[in-house]
Amino acid sequence: MSNPNAVDWTKPQQLKPPEPGPLYEKRKAVHPQRIDGTFRRFKWLVMLVTLGVYYITPWIRWDRGPYAPDQAVLIDLANRRFYMFNIEIWPHEFYFVAGMLIMAGIGLFLVTSAVGRAWCGYSCPQTVWTDVFQHIDRFVDGDRNARMRLDKAPWGPKKIARRSFKWMIYLIISFWTGGAWIMYFADAPTLTVDFWTGQAAGVAYATVAILTATTFILGGFLREQVCIYMCPWPRIQTAMLDEKSLIVTYKDWRGEKRGSLKKALKSPEEFGDCIDCNQCVAVCPTGVDIREGAQIGCITCALCIDACDRVMDEIGKPRGLIDYATMEDCEHEAAGGEPRPIAKTLFRPRTLIYFAIWGAIGAAMLFALGVRSHTELTVEQDRNPPFMLMSNGSVRNAYTVRLRNMESRPRDMEIAIKGLEGGTMWSDDIPQSEAARSLVREVAPDATRIVRLYVVAPQQTPSQSFTLTVTSQDEQQEQDSSEVRFEAPGEQS
Amino acid sequence: MANKQDNAANEQARVDEATGTEFVGHEWDGIEELDTPMPRWWVWSFYATIVWGIVYVILYPAWPMIEKGTEGVLGWSSRGQFAEEMQAEEARRAPLMAALARIPIERLPENSEQMRAAIAGGAAAFKVNCVQCHGAGAAGSKGYPNLNDDDWIWGGDLKAIEYTLTHGIRWSGSDETRLSYMPAFGRDGMLTRDQISDVTSHVLSLSGNSEPNANGAAIYDTQCAFCHQPSATGNRDLGAPNLADAIWLYGGSRAEVEQQIYNPAHGAMPGWKDRLNPVTIKMLAAYIHSRGGGEDFVEVAADPEVQVDEQP
Repeated sequence: MSNPNAVDWTKPQQLKPPEPGPLYEKRKAVHPQRIDGTFRRFKWLVMLVTLGVYYITPWIRWDRGPYAPDQAVLIDLANRRFYMFNIEIWPHEFYFVAGMLIMAGIGLFLVTSAVGRAWCGYSCPQTVWTDVFQHIDRFVDGDRNARMRLDKAPWGPKKIARRSFKWMIYLIISFWTGGAWIMYFADAPTLTVDFWTGQAAGVAYATVAILTATTFILGGFLREQVCIYMCPWPRIQTAMLDEKSLIVTYKDWRGEKRGSLKKALKSPEEFGDCIDCNQCVAVCPTGVDIREGAQIGCITCALCIDACDRVMDEIGKPRGLIDYATMEDCEHEAAGGEPRPIAKTLFRPRTLIYFAIWGAIGAAMLFALGVRSHTELTVEQDRNPPFMLMSNGSVRNAYTVRLRNMESRPRDMEIAIKGLEGGTMWSDDIPQSEAARSLVREVAPDATRIVRLYVVAPQQTPSQSFTLTVTSQDEQQEQDSSEVRFEAPGEQS
Repeated sequence: MANKQDNAANEQARVDEATGTEFVGHEWDGIEELDTPMPRWWVWSFYATIVWGIVYVILYPAWPMIEKGTEGVLGWSSRGQFAEEMQAEEARRAPLMAALARIPIERLPENSEQMRAAIAGGAAAFKVNCVQCHGAGAAGSKGYPNLNDDDWIWGGDLKAIEYTLTHGIRWSGSDETRLSYMPAFGRDGMLTRDQISDVTSHVLSLSGNSEPNANGAAIYDTQCAFCHQPSATGNRDLGAPNLADAIWLYGGSRAEVEQQIYNPAHGAMPGWKDRLNPVTIKMLAAYIHSRGGGEDFVEVAADPEVQVDEQP
């Protein structure tokens, strides 16, 4: 049976007299209190890993020979290459990047359907940097109460000194954030030297300036306002949640009616477990009161669970007054059922289907990555004119051929004609008298070579299709081919 | 609770009971809009955009008037910027253009970078000046030579092409124009219809398109061989086409060849020396030479003045 003290949230709770509304609302400063607990420690861990990955990745070296920067992860916009450890992606293979984005999208569905807004709570950059800045607040100004006092205090030399010191640390961290970002787009050690000697590209300075400014403003000052007003994810994520997704819940059927510890001790049968200590609100990084139910400001970081569990321990009540639970579990427990294991919510058709799709795309991409050739040929035929009659009666067609060498070393590639009886070819750089069935061209490492081919066939050769093949002349012997048309004068002329 | 109070409040401004915020009065399918105030930073950002807009209107061309728009105090205009960019581009190309102007055309192929630039520039100039007659793909048509093939009436090396481009063919604007006229054997009564038919057979037989004709061969030797050579391979000094190959400027059918002997057509091409600068003509020559039928020079004059690529 449900607790008779439970609050029916479908009914109006209170009635405030209307006030003339202001045109704008000042941000209510959020001063989250220090807290320790399971989820706080997990948040530390995620912060450490994400920031570590972000700052360290560009400095991982990877031997690419003399032809490319020795950087493990590099987005080389100038040469349009994307390096990731031993994977090298060319512009025409951009579907790998598209696939990764699709995986990221489905991954978000998967995570959201399983564990709710875990992305928001732990790994979103805005969350991570806000957390960093809140720790700086705590380090410079002290914990919640000290900060609130300082906020109210009039501006004086001491406050000015404190604030400028704090903002300076904000600035340094913001600058680091922007500085690490540009390292992904050029060889990091070289860029660092260039940056400090004023030789880096203008876009590098502009990027650092913009990212420093946005980190400073969004992380240092706007914080939860970004989540509530600017970010589209909360809208999308809350729409993706269902009654089986984990959310942070206040178990009102157990907590209500609230009362101070003193009152609760006096008449235990009248009051629930919530002693209205407000700890859950005090520690919240976005300043919400979870006891008002699921709301857009809640990023499910679960710091309120840590806070409440500690209070419950202290007053000798069972933990979990605020807990991760699904809407279904809530109904079940409110009706007097036993709490169910969380694992049950993780494995259900919806999450498994998302996982299957996600895994299938990943497997397909890995397969494509494994079998892709590092030698490629594309052929473009001259259409104007489609064919050319030569003075000795032979017929000539012209083709523009692109040879791609996707290896980090120079390779010889042989282009050859398959089919087209009697056909020979020559190119701009060799005389027509040396026309042959095949020719070899050296292609620079990680480069495309454009070769213009003239294919000549004897008099009376009819229009037909034939194949151009390209074979790398090294131990790998990779091959690619392309079927092309040979046009010749027909009956109509 | 206090119903009277409630009703009184309802009459003035209805208030959402859960939040205490007034309704705006809009309703969609039972969902009502609350008059929630905007966050302060949002409002200030909005004001900032208004200020930005006003400043922009003052600085840049913005406001349409009856005759023309306001010009803005900075004096910026897209046309002005375009002119500036064109000037900058010209300045960027100036060294290359100067190098192309300096180099004699026969030394161009030795300088791969300049040759590439010349071909690209020539392709652009061709699209403006030449496609009207020779077609977008330079394939020509009847009476307008195909520039992709290997048959050249006046020579197909870079120098010959440049000369043709500069002075034209049968062009009154240049004293050094390429000039040749074939006698109108039929119209002027030099040969009879039958004789022309015979000689046509002979000419067509040279490229395997007709049975040999002894009478025609005899006429050819006396009337045609001087210009077109006894072997019928033509004479580039005189602009006499090769009659033994597969390419016919005015058509290769019997009637067309006969017509050409009876009353020959003489196409004309303007010389471009007064309309295009020498560098553009040089680039056009390089482009046409690169179309697949360009010929090598018989000999290249050694000129110590000329800088050649230092690349290996």
